[in-house]
Amino acid sequence: MHIPDGYLSPSTCVTMYALASAGWYSAIKRTKRLLATRTIPLIAMFAAFSFVVMMFNLPLPGGTTGHAVGVTIAAIVLGPAGAIVSISIALFLQALFFGDGGITTFGANCVNMAIVGSLVAFAAYRLIARSSSSPSRRVFAAGVAGYFAINVSALLTAFEFGIQPLLFHDAHGTPLYAPYGLQIAIPAMMVGHLTVAGFAEAFLSAGMLSFFQRTERALLDKGPISAASTVVSPDINRLWLALGLLTLLTPLGVLATGTAWGEWRPSELAARMDAGSSHASIPSGIAKLSGIWTAPFPAYAPPFVRSPVFGYLLSASFVVGILLLSSLLIKSVAGRRDSRDLVS
Amino acid sequence: MSRNSFLFSTIRSFNDAVARSLVSERLSTAPYLLQQFDPRVRLISIFLLILATVFCRRLSILTFVFALSVMLAIASHVSVWSLVKRVWVIVFVFTGLIALPALFTTSGEILVHFPGSLSITRQGLRTALMLVLRVETTATLTTTLVLCTAWNRLLRGLRSLGIPSELIVIAAMTHRYIFLLIETANQMFESRVSRTVGVLGWRQERSITTQSAAVLLSKSMDLSHEVYLAMLARGFRGDIRLLGEQRLRVWDCLGLISIGALAALVIWVGR
Repeated sequence: MHIPDGYLSPSTCVTMYALASAGWYSAIKRTKRLLATRTIPLIAMFAAFSFVVMMFNLPLPGGTTGHAVGVTIAAIVLGPAGAIVSISIALFLQALFFGDGGITTFGANCVNMAIVGSLVAFAAYRLIARSSSSPSRRVFAAGVAGYFAINVSALLTAFEFGIQPLLFHDAHGTPLYAPYGLQIAIPAMMVGHLTVAGFAEAFLSAGMLSFFQRTERALLDKGPISAASTVVSPDINRLWLALGLLTLLTPLGVLATGTAWGEWRPSELAARMDAGSSHASIPSGIAKLSGIWTAPFPAYAPPFVRSPVFGYLLSASFVVGILLLSSLLIKSVAGRRDSRDLVS
Repeated sequence: MSRNSFLFSTIRSFNDAVARSLVSERLSTAPYLLQQFDPRVRLISIFLLILATVFCRRLSILTFVFALSVMLAIASHVSVWSLVKRVWVIVFVFTGLIALPALFTTSGEILVHFPGSLSITRQGLRTALMLVLRVETTATLTTTLVLCTAWNRLLRGLRSLGIPSELIVIAAMTHRYIFLLIETANQMFESRVSRTVGVLGWRQERSITTQSAAVLLSKSMDLSHEVYLAMLARGFRGDIRLLGEQRLRVWDCLGLISIGALAALVIWVGR
């Protein structure tokens, strides 16, 4: 998931640095306020730990191995702000010392793994574990949070790869940076992360949390965790606020005219082909397969909505709602397990 | 137990990391080309060259920057063999894997036609070559910088570029303790290997790894407490002061101006 130099265009790198700077500024401000001078050695140790834990080969079912990032356990123990700083520093050392990830893409790697990874891991863990004291529920929450965090980070990385050929190509349409569009980049990234890397982070986070609950409960209940837990509510609220803002900003997509390359509807494809040749017609395979599935919200515009802006808003709210329902479903399954644990 | 088991492969990756660091320490103090310049000049120059590489859109100019980065590495006494092993082969394999399908999937003028509907296009070849060459060049430049600059000087260089001192101190501390943690993890794995007979199932292997990671984290937390107490004992009250850098010499300024002009030229010609 570490993007090397040369895969992303300079403007993507600048945008990602700007996004990362906002995350770093907020995280540094928060960690300074939380733990004062104690923060420095604590975050340094966590960064060193995250660096070393990425060298651990974790055996997975099926004879393969994967390595975790350590972002979930850092987010659980340090809180999201501490995790953002420590994982960013670990990524910085990796980029400079081991060539794992680039210098120009450092901002993008930090946004994907340190910032979004920490926030998703922390939010998922708090949502599922909430204030439960059940050990099995906490372990389950850590595992799910790890799996979610790595896969959301991978999806973001795939998105950054996938937009390169659409936005940055020469006059002949030859891609200048990462060569594959979203339709190839997303499946290519997600297969490995959904099946291997996600489980590596899930197993490591769940295993470590389970170990701490048995042997070092104080580490989870005192010290940095208690400091981190004091900011839980505002953090969750801010996450919801950020999600709401992003949803409201989705109509910006209306500003981009035209259809992305290779994402034409059959009618658009026919129009483009007709422009190049007088004998063109839609390829029979496309004509046959295009009718197999009709999306309920084609082009983010439900057929019953006239305003494209409202269509974008509705589509975004629909997806956010589905994700929210999935989280609540997972939470309720975990809740049942929790009550069974208490009964037994 | 098999030499290819996950325990051995993890131990190997720990040892490789330490070995790489030792080579870097030795080379960073040797009197060769890049080492002659102030760390700030090295840092900014390499960053400018990386930026020029990322901006460059012409294959011929990119090839020139790659050749320049190799010459810079050789003049700074970085072993070409270590570049081949550490950078070029790894980058070629990983980036090549990503770039290979682009040869066939990018539409354009057909260069080589294979049986079936497979063909390599000129545009596909150009895309793949640009990607591989760009990544090879930036990786060569970064490796040369890291091998030729001591870590503490590199961090001081970053401080003079405006990075907050808190982050510099955390990064310096992280670097120092990474090797201690690697050593600790290595010892944990070695002691486990010496007590292991037969073949472990994947569940046992997973349990050993997560347990080792958890113990390592626990030790890291204890160590952070000890380090904090030691800092307090030395009089640390939260104010961070780093040693100032020396003034740049004429030689440094000339080097920086030359590289800056070269980078601007590469961006201009290669646009």
